[in-house]
Amino acid sequence: MRAFTYERAASVESAAKSAAANDKAKFIAGGTNLLDLMKLEIETPTHLIDVNGLGLDTIEPTSDGRLRIGAMVRNTDLASNETVRRDYGLLSRALVAGASGQLRNKATTAGNLLQRTRCPYFYDTNQPCNKRQPGSGCSALGGFSRQHAVLGSSEACIATYPGDMAIAMRALDAVVETVKPEGATRSIPIAEFHRLPGDTPQIETALEAGEIITAVTLPAPIGGQHIYRKVRDRASYAFALVSVAAVIQPDGSGRVAVGGVAHKPWRVEAAEAELPKGAKAAASILLADARPTDQNRFKVDLVERTLGAVLREARG
Amino acid sequence: MQFDTPATTNPIDQLTIVGQSIPRIDGELKTTGKAIYAYEWDEENIAYGHPVGSAIAKGRITSMDVSAARNADGVLAVVTTLDVGKREKGKQNTANLFGGDEVQHYHQAIAVVVAETFEQARAAAALVKVDYAEEKGVFDLSEAMKTAVKPKDAGGAPPDTAVGDFDAAFETAPVSLEETYTTPDQSHSMMEPHASLATWDGDELTLWTSSQMIDWWRTDLATTLGIDKEKIHLKSPYIGGGFGGKLFLRADAVLAAFAAKAVKRPVKVALPRPFLVNNTTHRPATIQRIRIGAERDGTITAIAHESWSGDQPDGQLETAVMQTRLLYAGKNRMTAMRLAELHLPEGNAMRAPGEAPGLMALEIAIDEMAEKLGLDPVEFRILNDTQVDPEKPERPFSHRDLVGCLKRGAEQFGWSTRGKPGTRREGDWLIGTGVAAALRNNLLVPSAARVRLDQDGVVTVETDMTDIGTGSYTIIAQTAAEMMGLPMDRVKVRLGDSRFPVSAGSGGQFGANCSTSGVYAACVKLREAVIQTLGFNASEVVFENGTVRSGTRSVPLAGVAGPDGLSAEDTIEWAELSDSHQQSTFGAHFVEVGVDIATGESRVRRMLAVCASGRILNPITARSQVIGAMTMGVGLALSEELAVDTRRGFFVNHDLASYEVPVHADIPHQEVIFMDETDPISSPMKAKGIGELGLCGVSAAIANAIHNATGVRLRHYPMTLDKLLGGLPALS
Ligand SMILES: Cc1cc2nc3c(=O)[nH]c(=O)nc-3n(C[C@H](O)[C@H](O)[C@H](O)COP(=O)(O)OP(=O)(O)OC[C@H]3O[C@@H](n4cnc5c(N)ncnc54)[C@H](O)[C@@H]3O)c2cc1C
Ligand code: SF4
Repeated sequence: MRAFTYERAASVESAAKSAAANDKAKFIAGGTNLLDLMKLEIETPTHLIDVNGLGLDTIEPTSDGRLRIGAMVRNTDLASNETVRRDYGLLSRALVAGASGQLRNKATTAGNLLQRTRCPYFYDTNQPCNKRQPGSGCSALGGFSRQHAVLGSSEACIATYPGDMAIAMRALDAVVETVKPEGATRSIPIAEFHRLPGDTPQIETALEAGEIITAVTLPAPIGGQHIYRKVRDRASYAFALVSVAAVIQPDGSGRVAVGGVAHKPWRVEAAEAELPKGAKAAASILLADARPTDQNRFKVDLVERTLGAVLREARG
Repeated sequence: MQFDTPATTNPIDQLTIVGQSIPRIDGELKTTGKAIYAYEWDEENIAYGHPVGSAIAKGRITSMDVSAARNADGVLAVVTTLDVGKREKGKQNTANLFGGDEVQHYHQAIAVVVAETFEQARAAAALVKVDYAEEKGVFDLSEAMKTAVKPKDAGGAPPDTAVGDFDAAFETAPVSLEETYTTPDQSHSMMEPHASLATWDGDELTLWTSSQMIDWWRTDLATTLGIDKEKIHLKSPYIGGGFGGKLFLRADAVLAAFAAKAVKRPVKVALPRPFLVNNTTHRPATIQRIRIGAERDGTITAIAHESWSGDQPDGQLETAVMQTRLLYAGKNRMTAMRLAELHLPEGNAMRAPGEAPGLMALEIAIDEMAEKLGLDPVEFRILNDTQVDPEKPERPFSHRDLVGCLKRGAEQFGWSTRGKPGTRREGDWLIGTGVAAALRNNLLVPSAARVRLDQDGVVTVETDMTDIGTGSYTIIAQTAAEMMGLPMDRVKVRLGDSRFPVSAGSGGQFGANCSTSGVYAACVKLREAVIQTLGFNASEVVFENGTVRSGTRSVPLAGVAGPDGLSAEDTIEWAELSDSHQQSTFGAHFVEVGVDIATGESRVRRMLAVCASGRILNPITARSQVIGAMTMGVGLALSEELAVDTRRGFFVNHDLASYEVPVHADIPHQEVIFMDETDPISSPMKAKGIGELGLCGVSAAIANAIHNATGVRLRHYPMTLDKLLGGLPALS
């Protein structure tokens, strides 16, 4: 870990300004991802801007029936919020499927959205990695790639987005609210928030320099059965090999987002139209462009089977 | 004391304290944070060292530029592998720990950066620039096995054995099996990383460290530093787990010693978690071929087990065929082990080396064979039991109750309700049960102790035995208390210090039996000293309730010794009893698993271990060993695998997020039964090892349960869902 200076931001605006003024600055929320990465010198900010004290930690309904979740709401608080559990059960289930109790107590909504990949080569600074060091190459290609992406990957990077919460948010059509350094606000649909790696795997989201997340809003509740199914090698405290976030309506229609398969939560609206026909039909569209490695070919089959189990569970 | 005839009745048999469920005496220190571990020791003026590891797997260092690190904030010194030059290697080490320009494996220590704070040292360590001349290495066992050779020896045993005519018997056997099984490289993953604090006083070194084997470390550290062993004082009173990973001197100790010398201050060095995987040792992967032939009635007539593993040049075999030499009868048999040269980090002992991975393979093969024969796997094992070493029938087992374990376990577990493969279902779970036999040899190592009775009647035991979380403090105190007729609170135990007599140490499940036997021997002498001081007639003396009694005379132990106390020291040494008798421990594991019909996730639902390993010195600490081992067996069966990058030659998943050991949610109810037995041929304690037995066979029982649940036979560990998916029923 490199030495850094630390600042407790006084307001959202000043935090954003301060971040824009220094290209080696980073916001710090719960610190559960950022500090680990700093210790290994995968992230090397020279200035940290603490955004915990800015009043961004409430969950409030909006006048038009949406739910606004502050960027600093802890994962534990979000998962146990009564409105969330009642109207957005999917989100609550995705959250408690992630990390551990201790980490969820610390982790925040914004930090969780921005957690970085768990590609093991990304974590080892001796190894080439385009995401960590653009242009150095991708070690996972032709290497150990069991947990890597099968969809939307590029020659530059085959990493996955590892989180759970964002998969549920993708199915719920959440919107990420931000403030830019010059004070302008933006509402970024979650579908556009995370990016595919392309030639620039180091750029992971739509955020611009200094732009700060203030909240995530969920559209009015859509009813249906909320199911989050996370598949992993051990029963807890493991990232998803594959996860399926689904909201299924009584008529069999619904929404599905898939985690563990791409650089972003994976959702294909055309595949959802096939849901009433069953998992096979939906999965064949969802996975039409799959390009697995020899080590993660199983994920293609696994997505279909997991979706099948989810649909069966929804039927009761 | 020379242990050369089977034990007869002795004071331990009273079992007033030994054999009782006594909670560990160091428990409170540990749960309240008062037990001080290696990295927590404090000295004045401590500086902090951070290691730098090689970025390549094989080659030479051509140059190192430490100027940026040297000039970084707070840095006191940078000591490089080139500075200290090639060192003589410790006897127990295969790869070099530090010194010289040769790189033998990834993350080999090549420098230590010393600074005022840990953070400064770590930051500066990243600034060391290294140029390498990289060489091609061999990293893929499946390739390297083609050029594997027969080594001279296999941990003291012959690499090959043969009895009868295996080929002919196998050829003509009416029922036969030939299969290949693999186990991956596995990591000890103990909680406490390797850590040392070194302080020099002139030419004398004091080292606080985390070591399972005090004398091995001290000897090899002296060799590596090029100093006299007597100049080193090594202390390791508390150890946060080892599993074999702390048997042999490691780089933290060497780096701390060089660093402390360089800055003339005490220096602490801990290995960062990723170093535990690529800098230290691991259990090497194996490829195992098993062939079994049997009569239709289930009698094994031919059994062969061959195993391939790899290691650094001059390294060691994973002795995966050892149990096959002993576990089942069969007139015609052969075993063979071959060693391939690999340039991955050093492979070495991990909990139950040999038997753990060997049984992972053999006990699946036995299950497969039972299935072919149409026999119940418990019955098939019982049918082929042997009471003598099948390779040397003139050697009986000292005590062997595998059959008892299997029968008792089957009854307790409800084995008879087991169905055919793929027939039991609860909701989305396919349910199956599996069984495996366990065998782990009982090793005997000399062990010394010193006991001292003070004026107040308190006995203090000193031995360099270590407590790696196993309960050594407690069972040693129990032994001394029983021998001297004292309550537990009148016994003090001091361990893990090179100034104490050399013990067996902790390894190979020999620690408990051997170290308590050493304490027994010393106490026999102390009793004699007490008797002599009192002028009692030795044959009538009884030590009980804090008194010494002879006929009508009874004297409190407090007061027997003068101000200088009464001391005695002895070593237990082992004679031919281990040649004339095969000494092993036995067990049976029963498990129930559920396999998710959609995803192929396997989760263990129930576990039972039945263990026959002589006298159980303390049922609480013994049980805790066994359930810990069963937990480890779940990891080895279902998730643990060091992923090899065969291009760059290193283990990629070098942290606890990506090398997945079981978590609480993976572990169901665990039940342990100890057979009520003693083994007087093993030791005066009549005990045997237990710490590794609990791991032997567990993973195969899980594999067999997965087969029973799904009908899919897996032969390659770990049995992750990707290997199962293709065999699971299609979903409607
Ligand atoms: C052992 C372990 C296991 C885990 N397992 C899982 C799991 O199974 N599933 C899962 O989903 N996650 C898992 N996680 C990840 C965990 O969810 C994240 O670490 C956590 O959500 C990050 O939140 P944080 O508040 O601590 O973020 P921080 O570490 O503080 O920040 C993360 C990133 O977000 C940026 N940031 C923070 N706040 C803002 C803001 N307001 N605006 C703009 N940028 C901001 C920071 O600059 C940083 O780049 C695991 C983590 C660990 C350590
Ligand atoms: S997959 Fe992406 S993160 Fe992993 S090594 Fe390749 S470029 Fe780096």
